Amino acid sequence: MSAKFEPIIGRYMHLDLFGRPHRIYVEEAGEGTPLLCLHTAGSDGRQYRGLMNDARVTSRHRVIAFDMPWHGKSSPPAGWHEEEYQLTSANYTTMILEIMSALELEKPIVIGCSIGGRICLHLALEHPERFRAIIGLQAGAGLDPYYDLNFLHRPDVHGGEVCGAIVSGLVGPDAPDSERWETLWHYMQGGPGIFKGDLYFYKIDGDIRGRVAQIDTKRCPLFLLTGEYDYSCTPEETLDVARSIPGSEATIMKGLGHFPMSEDPQAFLNHLLPVLEKIAAR
Amino acid sequence: MIEALKQRVNDDAGLVRRGKFLTTTFLLEVGATPWLISIFEGRVVSVTRGPFVMPSSSFALRASEEEWQKFWSRRPPPGSNDLLAMVRRRVLKTEGNLQIFMANLRYFKEALAKLRAGVSA
Repeated sequence: MSAKFEPIIGRYMHLDLFGRPHRIYVEEAGEGTPLLCLHTAGSDGRQYRGLMNDARVTSRHRVIAFDMPWHGKSSPPAGWHEEEYQLTSANYTTMILEIMSALELEKPIVIGCSIGGRICLHLALEHPERFRAIIGLQAGAGLDPYYDLNFLHRPDVHGGEVCGAIVSGLVGPDAPDSERWETLWHYMQGGPGIFKGDLYFYKIDGDIRGRVAQIDTKRCPLFLLTGEYDYSCTPEETLDVARSIPGSEATIMKGLGHFPMSEDPQAFLNHLLPVLEKIAAR
Repeated sequence: MIEALKQRVNDDAGLVRRGKFLTTTFLLEVGATPWLISIFEGRVVSVTRGPFVMPSSSFALRASEEEWQKFWSRRPPPGSNDLLAMVRRRVLKTEGNLQIFMANLRYFKEALAKLRAGVSA
């Protein structure tokens, strides 16, 4: 049997962020309208492998996913071993805009899931003119902590095991086993304290409940897609956000959970492709 | 029905293997009925129904009978499909030394899901 390669190409980009040199892993596939993909907390760009391998997407889009610093194949910056990693709204926003500039992406579509979905709401509010359209997956405006985040980073609990186990129930019941466990594997591979540091943004710093209604979809179209089985960002919470933003479009994806693009790419594409069509027709 | 836990867990060689470093007794409350479940190196050694006079356990999981029935249904509805989903809705209370619970979270999730309708004995 001969080897078969996927069309995804990965490269390492050197870029100064927050005044420090960073080595950032960037993957892409396809040609056309740039589609910038933001992964969830504690995971990496591999979550978008399904989009990058689907010709229905890549025939019209240049699909790009980067691993955030400290995640996946991106390195933490030199000096990391003395620091506590914590993602903030300001750093997350700066990172996305700087990487867009470095890659010379002119008005991309941005799609982000979970923390990526949350920052999509921030981008829709503060930088709508930089994007052709914004697609928030599992995008709630805020979430109060419901378990002790310290369990994600302490020496008597295995970080990889607990991160995988924490999120396992967020995968929908119909996800194919191979994709379900691939999704959980990414969580199990995260660096110590990284999922927890991302959740600082998700559960504390990035709360946008008080401002989300100010998003103006005339400046940039906003689409919200949420899986039925997500209890981190529930369908009700997504619909609440959608109701507060005139012109936004919400879709509840039956049977799917918190990681639609990774846990069941084929089912997810049935929901995403019509959204991409709408954006292309604008 | 809770008694079935012993055989269903112990028959799953992978689950027992993953529990190799787990030895504890925890309290499971299904509405007003408490159960003490003892695990030795990943194998469930006893499932005892209360009431108890002075139960000793490392931690306790407490939910109403109605909530557990949803969790144990063949296809649990959203919000009832996972222990953490129940915690998020504040219908599952976790108390005690939760380090043991969290360090073995996959084990406890999978073990308790063994009581789901349609899981073979």
